Amino acid sequence: MQFDIPAFVRSLRFLAEGWLSVFLVMAVIIAAVRLLNRLTRGRDEKA
Amino acid sequence: MTGLFQNLAGLTWQMIVMWAIGGAMIWLAICKGMEPTLLLPMGFGCILCNLPDSGATEVLETLFRAGIANELFPLLLFIGIGAMIDFGPLLADPKLLLFGAAAQFGIFFTLSMASLLGFELRDAASIAIIGAADGPTSIFVANALGSRYTAAIIVAAYSYMALVPIVQPACIRLVTTKRERMIRMTYTPGQISRTTRILFPIVVTIIAGLVAPQSVALVGFLMFGNLLRECGVLRALSECAQNVLANLISLLLGLTVAVRMQAESFLVPETLMILALGLVAFVFDTFGGVFFAKLINLFAKKKINPMVGAAGISAFPMSSRVIAQMAKDEDPYNFILMQAAGANVAGQVASVVAGGLILSMIAPLV
Repeated sequence: MQFDIPAFVRSLRFLAEGWLSVFLVMAVIIAAVRLLNRLTRGRDEKA
Repeated sequence: MTGLFQNLAGLTWQMIVMWAIGGAMIWLAICKGMEPTLLLPMGFGCILCNLPDSGATEVLETLFRAGIANELFPLLLFIGIGAMIDFGPLLADPKLLLFGAAAQFGIFFTLSMASLLGFELRDAASIAIIGAADGPTSIFVANALGSRYTAAIIVAAYSYMALVPIVQPACIRLVTTKRERMIRMTYTPGQISRTTRILFPIVVTIIAGLVAPQSVALVGFLMFGNLLRECGVLRALSECAQNVLANLISLLLGLTVAVRMQAESFLVPETLMILALGLVAFVFDTFGGVFFAKLINLFAKKKINPMVGAAGISAFPMSSRVIAQMAKDEDPYNFILMQAAGANVAGQVASVVAGGLILSMIAPLV
């Protein structure tokens, strides 16, 4: 078995970019949920 | 009379090994209760497809083309899963979504490890998605990228999901102190309106569609199932999705996947490497969630039990149950089930988003 160092180095970009992107998408969803909660607070039933 | 047994000549030792693997899967499903809905059909299918000149292979190949090659089965299964999920604890405390993101670290770490070990990019990415801890996402991504190792990836994904009660506690104990595991968290259920519950799946679908278009099929079907549950006017459809649809697709999925478990393609050294890398993905998902919670604790006034971070791995709902039980084992009066469940459903959303992002990044390059 041979280690593919160039492929590994290339993949680090996917690690950084991919993981950060998941955080960003989650952050956008958090903002959306907070906005929804604020706009509809106390409107109908409890969780 | 000789004609009756001439098929015996086609029998190879590799086929017999595959019978043993199929038998082991059936045993795990029945005797150990490990993911029986998937492991039992897969185990039986494995035996079925590894008979000399098996007449079943053609039928299962037809099912494969009709349901898996075009990604239909995993997406339909997602409708059922979406209908089963209660996003209430997450909507009450939306910051838990960050733990879902943190616990996807194992996916991207495993992508790097698989690349280092010499797997082609499409295969490395498909192996990495085992860390989504979510069978349909693994099937969807591996298939969309055209990986040669789809069957091994699916076997690894479902096996490790079943092994969450063993893998996660060991990993968590390795990187946390007893004091950290005993941190108590108070749960204050916020007021979540029905409007929010209904709008949540729609909003998430739109966001995912705009930000990560490749994920919209996965997210959209998951959220459609959730909308059926939350709309309040389609109870029969919601129940059908949760029970009949999910069961039917699981049954067909398990049996159909087995057509890719034929000895010549499955009994290769890469299968063992994929199983090992799948474990790496689960372990580093757990580490990602735990260390993220520890990082937040450096700054937060209200401390978070780091085990809640580990629940950000998808594997819904088993992971949250395991974490809640671990907290109770350390301190019988420590109840963190709701926070763990919130992180767990966050992991479900984050894992499908991660799957979509992997596709967005990798598909144009392969």
